[in-house]
Amino acid sequence: MTSLALTRESIARVRPGPAVAAVLIALFLLLFLVVPVVQVIFVAFQDKTTGAFTLINFADFFQNDLFMRSFWNSFYVSAMSVVVASALALPLAYLTTRFEFRGAVLIQSLGIIPLIMPPFIGAVAMQLLFGRNGTVNLLLRDHFGISIPFMEGLNGVIFVQSIHYFPFILINLSASLKNIDRAMEESAQNLGCHGFRLFRRIVFPLAMPGYVAGASLVFIKVFDDLGTPLLLNVNDMLAPQAYLRISSIGIADPMGYVISVVLIVCSLLALWVSALAMKGKDYATVQRGGGGLARRRMKPLELVAAYAVVLLILVLVLAPHIGLTLLSFATIWSFSPFPDAFTMKHYGTVFLESGQYITNTLLYASLAALLDVVIGTAIAYLVLRSKLPGRQWLDYIAMAALAVPGVVLGIGYLRSFYDVPMPFTGQPLSGFWLILVFALAIRRLPYALRACTAALQQVSNSLEEAAENLGATKLRTISRVVVPLMSGGILAGFVTSFATAAVELSATIMLVHSQSDAPLAYGLYVYMQSAAGRGPGAALGVFAVVIVGLGTYLSHVIIERGRRERGQDH
Amino acid sequence: MNHQFSPTSLAAGMESVGVRIDGVDLSYGSHRVLKDIHLDIKPGEFFAFLGPSGCGKTTLLRLIAGFNTAQRGAVTIGGRDISGLPAHKRDVGMVFQSYALWPHMTVRRNVAFGLEERRVPRAEIERRVDAALDLVGLKHLADRRPSQLSGGQQQRVALARTIVIEPKVLLLDEPLSNLDAKLRVQMRQELLSLQRKLGLTTIFVTHDQEEANTICDRIAVMEDGIVQQVGTPQELYDHPANLFVAGFLGTANVLEGQVRAVDGGTAFVTGGGVAIPLPRGVEPGAEGKLMFRPQNLFIHQEDGRQDGGAPRAGHVRLVGVVRHREFLGASIRYAVDIGGQQVQVDAPHQAGDALLPTDTPITLDLAADKARFLRR
Repeated sequence: MTSLALTRESIARVRPGPAVAAVLIALFLLLFLVVPVVQVIFVAFQDKTTGAFTLINFADFFQNDLFMRSFWNSFYVSAMSVVVASALALPLAYLTTRFEFRGAVLIQSLGIIPLIMPPFIGAVAMQLLFGRNGTVNLLLRDHFGISIPFMEGLNGVIFVQSIHYFPFILINLSASLKNIDRAMEESAQNLGCHGFRLFRRIVFPLAMPGYVAGASLVFIKVFDDLGTPLLLNVNDMLAPQAYLRISSIGIADPMGYVISVVLIVCSLLALWVSALAMKGKDYATVQRGGGGLARRRMKPLELVAAYAVVLLILVLVLAPHIGLTLLSFATIWSFSPFPDAFTMKHYGTVFLESGQYITNTLLYASLAALLDVVIGTAIAYLVLRSKLPGRQWLDYIAMAALAVPGVVLGIGYLRSFYDVPMPFTGQPLSGFWLILVFALAIRRLPYALRACTAALQQVSNSLEEAAENLGATKLRTISRVVVPLMSGGILAGFVTSFATAAVELSATIMLVHSQSDAPLAYGLYVYMQSAAGRGPGAALGVFAVVIVGLGTYLSHVIIERGRRERGQDH
Repeated sequence: MNHQFSPTSLAAGMESVGVRIDGVDLSYGSHRVLKDIHLDIKPGEFFAFLGPSGCGKTTLLRLIAGFNTAQRGAVTIGGRDISGLPAHKRDVGMVFQSYALWPHMTVRRNVAFGLEERRVPRAEIERRVDAALDLVGLKHLADRRPSQLSGGQQQRVALARTIVIEPKVLLLDEPLSNLDAKLRVQMRQELLSLQRKLGLTTIFVTHDQEEANTICDRIAVMEDGIVQQVGTPQELYDHPANLFVAGFLGTANVLEGQVRAVDGGTAFVTGGGVAIPLPRGVEPGAEGKLMFRPQNLFIHQEDGRQDGGAPRAGHVRLVGVVRHREFLGASIRYAVDIGGQQVQVDAPHQAGDALLPTDTPITLDLAADKARFLRR
């Protein structure tokens, strides 16, 4: 009797609901993340003909001049992008946190504007503004007889990437500067330290974790990016090489896989270095709301210098947007500082000929974002609230997608699903548009998951227990109490996932099977291949920027509203 | 962990100085946080700023450290006006409520920081850091990071970091508030013995009257940006200047009534008609209230029967009814309603004693000479 009662009790404790959800999610992650990536790694170590284990592919990679040059170029571009991005972000972060500066709103927008335009979209416009025969150099040549090679080869990639990605450093650095307890600084002053020494010995070391987090993110993003080098026609970098090998030689060629493995290893290495730098340095130093460093008023001359720096960076940051807008309205823009005349016909072309790009994008991005928040909420709930063994692994695996470059995921999907025929039509499964949606969902899942986890962490356990205590079942509790309270975070996660998935190119470009199934980012790439397509391409780009911009604004509004509502509760 | 501070060379060569605060006024916008503060803190004194949160005590401390600027008035240390000096040139050591230990430095580097800023030769830095860590008993933890230390140890590091520079004055901003109750009692004794050893003029900010009473020589009680009273703990308790001080230090019974002329002098007459004689100097008709402590009351008779027993000499009889009771262990505190006003009385408790139930009639004797007439 007793043993029977015990068994019944332990059965009752493991509810079937969470277990079923966990298994479904695990299956999804296995099928669309683990298998494709493992497949890629597997093929890299396989002999092309016999299929036996071999290191010959890696030997080939390291003996090939083009690949080695590509590797070092990728490394150089990523490192230099971190340097240039730091040079842009440091003064801005310092200004906002250390001084009473009226331009703070300006700097905040500086931190957002670049992120709403994917770098590859602005790349062509930047070519027209800063290229050898672009606006700036034409003007410089006419007036001073000099030209600056902003956009020559690798410089162009570095330039475009730093302008796009410096907000990552700015945001992280500003956040950690703001989180430093004022007493940290005051105690140093109290012991006789001040001025630059104070910054060097106390403030900067305390802000270091934030800087390293931002910098390593920039490094990885640039290292893995495919779209920008492709559009700037810089092919001797790793991601473009992987793409070109697979798209021109075929999915049987092992070199694409080898490059993929190198990309993954480098991403992991960068993540590891940043984790190492952060180890034991979790300086969560804000105490009892005393926070924030002391700010001082600027002297007039300092103020002028500050505004000059901010405005210069603002001009740089707005350049792709301005260039793209001009290009989308330009009749002809070549070898002249500004377009010859303006027209609306490119927008007409886009809407008449390429409406499917836009509708496809809206469909794919919203499906992917929906998938992300559903899975994200489920994983967050399983990890934080269930006792399921191994639940932490769902989180780990979903987050591992961070270290998988888009190209690699694309190649993995091709390899894994190309030989699987679709029911009825018999076409390869990898060409089915839903596969593209899954790829986008996997790519954005880590961000959505973090948003959902953060939202759930703010829902106190006792709120749930109260509902159960009043007789609600677990499922009713989740749907009536937990999810409504998480809704702000979930919605913000959805909008962010949607906006970024809408302009994803790396994985998309590998998986698009036909023009009619292609999303906006792919269409833009196709347009930009020809001089005549630039105008409509730019018009499409403007549309993409509007989508991302609206999305970013919306998620900002949602997050702010949630914060206000929570603030009122107290 | 029952460590006592050990003597060291650190104490040598430090000369105590006094701190004067002269007519200091400080406002944040239209909010006046400090109102015409005058204080004279003697060399070597252990002095407390005591008051509820928001009374201005921390603002005043930060003003001395140089983190706030007064609109009027001056702060003088050892006869020198320091009002114009920036924080890093003041040589006043401050221990922050949060300790503010830098997490990116080891304990040793934290303590060495102030000496490095003073360009002290390296060998001397090492010697003095060792001495300071020895003084607080943490030499064996010198190479740890602050995050690896307990709250009490962090507190000691913060203290060592401050005294190693041999400051003229030591400022302590609620240094015990982040410790648990038991450690707090231990640390306050250690603080006191360290302060006595170094002879260092020390200002201690706290909202806890017990903390201030047990370790400080003198206390400035603050409320609403004003120093209400300055005195030794005993003076403040026995002779509070006003009702705020009386209520903030210990439990106070406060009675409403009128001052009237009676046979042989003046008396405080309550609405219930009880007359409590007042000392000379209080004029009939004066506005004010009568204050006395629970221990100034004695339970004369527990059932309230008037069986002819006269009140003790110098005592005034109060008749009332028990309304509430609190069992405190050593004593029982009864709240007694006497003619519409409530007073609290402590009855010592022995094992086996029965507690009086509520609504029991009760007769109390008040030691009239212990009661104080307070005008505000």
